[in-house]
Amino acid sequence: MTSNRYRLRLFVNRMNLAMSLAAMALGMLFLFWILVVLVRNGYAALSPSLFTQTTPPPGSSGGLSNAIVGSALIVGTATFVSTPIGILAGIYLAEFGRNGWLARSTRFINDILLSAPSIILGLFVYTIVVLRTQHFSGWAGSAALALIAIPVVVRTTENMLRLVPSSMREAAVALGAPMWKVILMVTLRAVRGGVVTGVLLALARVSGETAPLMFTALNNQFWSLDMNGPMANLPVVIFQFAMSPFDDWKALAWAASLLITLAVLILNVAARTLFRQRAMR
Amino acid sequence: MASPVAVGRAFEARSARTSSFRWQDALFRGTTRLFAALVLALLASIIVALGIAAAPALKAFGYGFFLTDVWNPVTKQFGALAPLYGTVVTSAIALLIGIPVSFGIALFLTEMCPIALQRPLGTAVELLAAIPSIIYGMWGLFVFAPFFAEHVQPLLASTLGAAWLIGPLFRGAPTGLGILTAGIILAVMVIPFIASVMRDVFEIVPPVLKESAYGIGCTTWEVVRNIVLPYTRIGVIGGIMLGLGRALGETMAVTFVIGNAYRIRASLFEPGNSIASALANEFNEAADPVHRGALIALGLFLFVLTVAVLAASRALIAGLSRGEGRQT
Repeated sequence: MTSNRYRLRLFVNRMNLAMSLAAMALGMLFLFWILVVLVRNGYAALSPSLFTQTTPPPGSSGGLSNAIVGSALIVGTATFVSTPIGILAGIYLAEFGRNGWLARSTRFINDILLSAPSIILGLFVYTIVVLRTQHFSGWAGSAALALIAIPVVVRTTENMLRLVPSSMREAAVALGAPMWKVILMVTLRAVRGGVVTGVLLALARVSGETAPLMFTALNNQFWSLDMNGPMANLPVVIFQFAMSPFDDWKALAWAASLLITLAVLILNVAARTLFRQRAMR
Repeated sequence: MASPVAVGRAFEARSARTSSFRWQDALFRGTTRLFAALVLALLASIIVALGIAAAPALKAFGYGFFLTDVWNPVTKQFGALAPLYGTVVTSAIALLIGIPVSFGIALFLTEMCPIALQRPLGTAVELLAAIPSIIYGMWGLFVFAPFFAEHVQPLLASTLGAAWLIGPLFRGAPTGLGILTAGIILAVMVIPFIASVMRDVFEIVPPVLKESAYGIGCTTWEVVRNIVLPYTRIGVIGGIMLGLGRALGETMAVTFVIGNAYRIRASLFEPGNSIASALANEFNEAADPVHRGALIALGLFLFVLTVAVLAASRALIAGLSRGEGRQT
């Protein structure tokens, strides 16, 4: 009897562990399926003209140069704006506010914003910028992306600063340094790598965002460096071209997908290895 | 020895310096506080701004807006029921598939995985979360949907489609696009989020507890079932809510495969619409203020819904780690 029961327990154990292994395999299957499809379709569409020609009119061939430059400008501006804001807010949470009401509620709201639907941030910027100025613009796109990036930077900055031992702050204060110098030159400097990781992760997160750009930066078929007007960008180009009936456009959409995914994955892996190196030192 | 005058001068200079430190610090502290308050104010400003923009539509339709399923820009009739239904059903499918798979992945990573593989496999799962939504859309539309229509949907229709009660869910033309496809792709997208929260909370179970269970002869499964899960229940629910929050607002992947039709049909093979996909598809074409207002009202509702779900999720996860501190 007991040995039967024991065998049953072992059987249940093996079954469940096998299911767990299967779940892991399923996850990996989807990851590799997506990556293989992307590389195969994207590689076929890669050519030097991607980088030299602008997006074509329907039914003809062209490149993605305006979208690549537009994406870089919009994402770059968003990062440039969100980094200082995020770091300063993160400093308040970790160094000044700690457990006060402002810090606690900001932390809570920030965590919610981390996962809030990005399309709503696009809608928000539409109502306060695009409706006011009466036109779509690269600036509006940057604003929407910055709002998505800020919570990521706040979170990592705070987490990193909390890792700094208090003895380090105390040592600096004992030497007579004012608090702002202690924070900017001692604690923040000690976790530089971690903060850069946060910025890279935020950059990776916003580079692939499509929904917030559709109502803000829109798209532009032509070469444009004017952030004050509609601007081409890779994600929206993918959306429009993928949904079109033209094979040339679909091929370009695949090429753009491959470029974006490569950029995002490289940024992610770079952020992780950078942080691991800092942590080991 | 320094003269008393010199000592006095040095003292005065130092106190001038420290008092200038004091206002520098106050300035710095104020600046950081301002930006923290800015982040705090963002959530409220989103709700207010969308509320103002949605007001014309909400005033025109009242509560009926959420109870009618007619969406007709030509006759200017707008009801939110169909996209609401699509959002809820696709998210439910995503959780139904996503929860067991995420649990399996978290279990594998914490209890079974060789230590050398833990980091690479953990990173691989997180990369699944890093792939942009629009890439899931491309893959879903051009690769997964045809595969699903050819191999999976006929199979589902011939087996589950004949079943009692749930049969009507799996009947209809196997087009590959529709509510079910959107739900499955959403499942793949939320798995990494749920799995990583589950893995994190499984790791905080004190080893002593697990070791004592192993010591009296429990199998790995029994330890997970009777020790790890009860200990981390709240965190696991928090992780699931986080996944739900993600699924509700996911836009691009759903927009590509859901079929964009304002309908509520019994079959999951039928095309539908979610709030987010309705916004993505229509917003730029909505010239009429009532139409645009109706779409913004949809967005506002989606935002309030996800904020509520995410707030519950964060409160649960935070509560767990606080309880942790007391016990040790």
